[in-house]
Amino acid sequence: MITIYIDNKPYQVKPGQNLLQACLSLGFDLPYFCWHPALHAVGACRQCAVKQFKDERDTRGRIVMSCMTPVAEGMRISVDDAEAKAFRKGVIEWLMLNHPHDCPVCDEGGECHLQDMTVMTGHNERRTRFKKRTHRNQYLGPFINHEMNRCIQCYRCVRYYRDYAGGRDLNVFSAHDHVYFGRHEDGVLDSEFSGNLVEICPTGVFTDKTLKQHYARKWDLQTAPSICVHCGLGCNTIAGERYGTLRRIMNRYHHDVNGYFLCDRGRFGYEFVNSGKRIKQPMLSPSLSPSPQGRDASTSSPLAGEDRGEGDLQPFDKESVLGHVTGILSNSKGIIGIGSPRASLESNFALRSLVGPGNFYSGMSEPDHRLISLIIDIHQKGPARSPSLRDVRMADAIVVLGEDLTNTAPLLALSLRQAVRGREFEAAAKLNIPEWHDAGVRNAGRGARNPLFIATPAQTRLDDIAIKTCHAAPDDIARLGFAIAHELDPSAPAVRGLTEGTSSLAKEIAHSLKDAKRPLVIAGTSLFNEQIVQAAANIAAALCAGSTDAALCYTVPECNSMGLGIIGGRNLDEAFTVMDDGLADTVVILENDLYRRADAGKINAFLDRAKHVIVLDHISTRTALRADIVLPAGTFAESNGTLVNNEGRAQRFYQAFVPQGDIQGGWKWIHAIMVAAGRTTADAMQSLDSVTATMADAFPVLAPVKDIAPPADFRIKGSKVPRQPHRYSGRTSMHADVSVNEGKPREDADSPLAFSMEGSEEQPPAPLIARYWSPGWSSVQALNKYQQEVGGELRDNGSGKRLVQPDQHGKPAYFTADPAKASHAMDAAIVPAYQIFGSDELSNYSPAIEERAKAKKP
Amino acid sequence: MERPLTKNIHPGQEPLSLAEYEKAGGYRSLRKALAMPPQDIVALVKASNLRGRGGAGFPTGMKWGLVPQVGSVPQPRYFIVNADEMEPGAFKDRLLLEGDPNQIIEGIIVSAYAVQTEKAFIFLRREYFLAEKRLKKAIAEAYEKGYLGAGILGSGFNLDLRIHSSAGRYICGEETALINALEGKRAVPRAKPPFPLACGLWGRPTLVNNPETVANIPHIVNNGAEWFKALSACADGGTKIYGVSGRVNKPGAWELPMGTTIEELIEDHGGGMQKGYALRGIIPGGASTDFLLPKHLDVPMDFDSVAKAGSRMGTGTMTVLDDRTCPVGFVHNLEVFFSRESCGWCTPCREGLPWIEKILHAIENGRGESGDLSLLEQHCRLLGPGNTFCALAPGAVEPLQSALKYFREDFERHIREKKCTWK
Repeated sequence: MITIYIDNKPYQVKPGQNLLQACLSLGFDLPYFCWHPALHAVGACRQCAVKQFKDERDTRGRIVMSCMTPVAEGMRISVDDAEAKAFRKGVIEWLMLNHPHDCPVCDEGGECHLQDMTVMTGHNERRTRFKKRTHRNQYLGPFINHEMNRCIQCYRCVRYYRDYAGGRDLNVFSAHDHVYFGRHEDGVLDSEFSGNLVEICPTGVFTDKTLKQHYARKWDLQTAPSICVHCGLGCNTIAGERYGTLRRIMNRYHHDVNGYFLCDRGRFGYEFVNSGKRIKQPMLSPSLSPSPQGRDASTSSPLAGEDRGEGDLQPFDKESVLGHVTGILSNSKGIIGIGSPRASLESNFALRSLVGPGNFYSGMSEPDHRLISLIIDIHQKGPARSPSLRDVRMADAIVVLGEDLTNTAPLLALSLRQAVRGREFEAAAKLNIPEWHDAGVRNAGRGARNPLFIATPAQTRLDDIAIKTCHAAPDDIARLGFAIAHELDPSAPAVRGLTEGTSSLAKEIAHSLKDAKRPLVIAGTSLFNEQIVQAAANIAAALCAGSTDAALCYTVPECNSMGLGIIGGRNLDEAFTVMDDGLADTVVILENDLYRRADAGKINAFLDRAKHVIVLDHISTRTALRADIVLPAGTFAESNGTLVNNEGRAQRFYQAFVPQGDIQGGWKWIHAIMVAAGRTTADAMQSLDSVTATMADAFPVLAPVKDIAPPADFRIKGSKVPRQPHRYSGRTSMHADVSVNEGKPREDADSPLAFSMEGSEEQPPAPLIARYWSPGWSSVQALNKYQQEVGGELRDNGSGKRLVQPDQHGKPAYFTADPAKASHAMDAAIVPAYQIFGSDELSNYSPAIEERAKAKKP
Repeated sequence: MERPLTKNIHPGQEPLSLAEYEKAGGYRSLRKALAMPPQDIVALVKASNLRGRGGAGFPTGMKWGLVPQVGSVPQPRYFIVNADEMEPGAFKDRLLLEGDPNQIIEGIIVSAYAVQTEKAFIFLRREYFLAEKRLKKAIAEAYEKGYLGAGILGSGFNLDLRIHSSAGRYICGEETALINALEGKRAVPRAKPPFPLACGLWGRPTLVNNPETVANIPHIVNNGAEWFKALSACADGGTKIYGVSGRVNKPGAWELPMGTTIEELIEDHGGGMQKGYALRGIIPGGASTDFLLPKHLDVPMDFDSVAKAGSRMGTGTMTVLDDRTCPVGFVHNLEVFFSRESCGWCTPCREGLPWIEKILHAIENGRGESGDLSLLEQHCRLLGPGNTFCALAPGAVEPLQSALKYFREDFERHIREKKCTWK
């Protein structure tokens, strides 16, 4: 630590940073625009000016840009200096010359960094009498709204889009006070990470177009910390609701996982929650209820159309449906429970408890189930560690086997874009250019890259940053992987009959990985190829055998694939056999559309054979349409639970709002069934905390799940943490169309969060952060105030816990290359081609994703 | 009086061919230089007191001395001649580029040898088509003759020289913006440090010099530092291409001893003010310099003397303001240029200059308001050096701040009488 003097007071700060970082980390309110903790400094906006003095006797000093000035031992600066303040106010005045005074109709209003900074600098009088310049706006696709007149030319958008995310179709055009940020012509933004522009833009140029369809102000949104459900990476999100509909998803900073960014599927896929196809009430098939008693005729069925051949499912009241369920369960000669990799640990565990461990099936197809179990086994045995996305961003040599990451694990792809830049930072360091000096680093680095090798069946969107790509059939990719491992450690099994090309590529990759300090091997399940998974493990083990700290990252298909894999059970194909054999006649299907998992003929046969089909789900899937009983299960936004990401990190998501109808979390339904059936074990499922405690008893590996977030009785100064901001408006009248009496807020027995604006305004522990706000900081930039240092960890050390820790001293047990597969060229092979917009089940119900999926490919 | 830079230049005639140039003594300096250790040439240039002719007047030898040693930072290293002469009122480089391209090329080769760079570029103003044509011909001849290319004149020294014609922006005259433009990027300046000498074109050590600076090098090598210093009327060495434009009888550009006084330039060489016009002010070195007044006529035109008088010598190509030209309109015209030529990167320049321009336009057209002058003054302060990303805006407010000081009554009368009294 070094000492700097700010307005004559000494402060201890970390060396190697710039003054702006230091001042913000110390809590000073210093305005800025072009700087961003992930994009670093370029010195364009001139907003963060401070006065620097030569020494104690210097009283004049000179204005410097804090973002471009390195901290130095003993340096003396002033934030409060009158001249510096006047300059900062002047900069805002310039920025406001052309900025429309349209805050009341601007989507950014109320969470606008420009508003915050304008207030902060005290600029409040318009002194210019001249006309404002105007621009034409562009159509940028279904995600992003463009309003160029609001632009303050901070250049963050292009720096993010091009330099950080590798996009090419957004740029800055023209010059002087007419610079324009947009595409060369109207059109859908090509980057899969365009949604981050919404948070990167300090004002309302790029705003969330999906939010615009059902707009609400930030202060009117009821929000909760959440976890993205659209792939296996577990990015942290904030879900915001108003009037019973989910309005938007924003990034929730996680130092080790997603950092500042989300992919567009994660940000804009949320609208399945508001889909017209939602199941909102319990449903019965007419065969179960010939009399109209208990039938709720007021609600039409979303499940019209297909059925089990006996007429449409009809909504019924909860009690009579639960009565039917218990009746079926008690009279059944055998019950099968089918879990889901998109359902929470708690819901899967509750189902397992309901049907009994022997009758629990994972709901994953045989290959998926096998691969996930294999991956968990590899991670547990070690020796390689499973990296966080932050670790990925720090990797210095990478080999990707089989995965088209942009489409199977998008943020992993974005993280690799940062990892390869390591060489640029090294080149810059040689010229004494610090890491925060973005422009200097890029000038010195000249695009130098850490080695990235990609072996996939087809081209990927990361090929542009790869040193070498290799397009091959899955088995050949596996063989390449085995060959690399053998190069690294001769005791790893060799592959016979390699072509000369593959052999020399394997040597080259092995050489790069061996030379690296933090090598990374990435593979996954997307090609359903066990050998690729094994080959990746061999490479990592071989590196560890050479005493390199290697990381081994596997992508997994769904948001809780890993959690479900830990709970285990048998695979879906085994359920088919049990039903075929007549050992069961009833199936309870949890949040799973089986038609996505296996051949439709097999599913049809399975469901035909089942006497009773009970489905719990959010959406009327093909599977739900074939049920006798359907229970409305809450989505991530309507329930509490835990998901385990590909890394093995358990993370909690919280209910954002009280849903309509009888919707509740899957595990809550199962608890209700247990209560209705008079099960003595029901108590163990009563609350989130009791489920996680019971789960910990059943699965020691899941014990840390109890501690990933504060328990439900956690209070700050006796109060719960409010989901509604303290400026939440309309509370007393928003349901006046139903009743003029203001109802009591729904109690939340499962979490320390309250469906209320009342409660503690103090910063909660990281897992409970429902929004970023600090006095004077209404925009997402308020995040600075929640971090230990800007760009660093959240104040109480982040959230989530790693469940799977490798035995780092474990001796590598190499997998053997399957000689049967060796060296015969296949004439043709069918491999899945994943699409970020289209391959995920739930996000496809979002209109914006649907529209984006149809857009022309670049 | 010796005029080494322009001795081969005859207005209205084609420049010398390579053969004629050699006959006139050309390329002697290259042969001499190649026989010298490179660091001796740097020392010679240091001793000559040659100061950069681009406007800032940084000692050339000192700048060369800052180029990293070739042992520590190997090739590629780059030498760039900044011939993007877009300063309003300046046309001195054009004279040299069009008039004696071989001299520039010889200067480049010797300079590149001195700092040991093997790649050189001439970054040429877009509109200098004639210069481009003539330079291209001269470069081709030099390659043919073995003055450029591999193993120049049998030495171990290689040099590749190319011309890059700019897409045409004033900001390209800023050396780091020039480097960005040369790389095919937007012409916006780079943050310094790192300086181009350490991390310039494509991240390599890069030296940028003005054409007039470079043109002096062969003569220094041929004739020595003492001879060069003796050319000058002041401590800075050499001659200078001066120019006078505005309502003088004979506007033009002339090579004269460094330190020739303003009066000599206007009266002896410019032929004095036109009949019926009186001198009111001078911007001595291009549009981005402060006004001087008739009382400054005795000021020698060298970097230090002009600075002492409150302005900058800049390019040394002055524009005179006469008593029948509105100073408000004059300054407005300059600010139209500067606000348009702002690259749009930093806020004060991008937003401040157009605001200045609009205020001046309003005043000039009888729509000035009482607070306008204090707003202009505030801008002059806020757009000062260090506050903006590069020197464009500080330069742009120099004529404005001095006009507000020296011609304040004219501004006030515009506002008071709600019109321009010259119209």
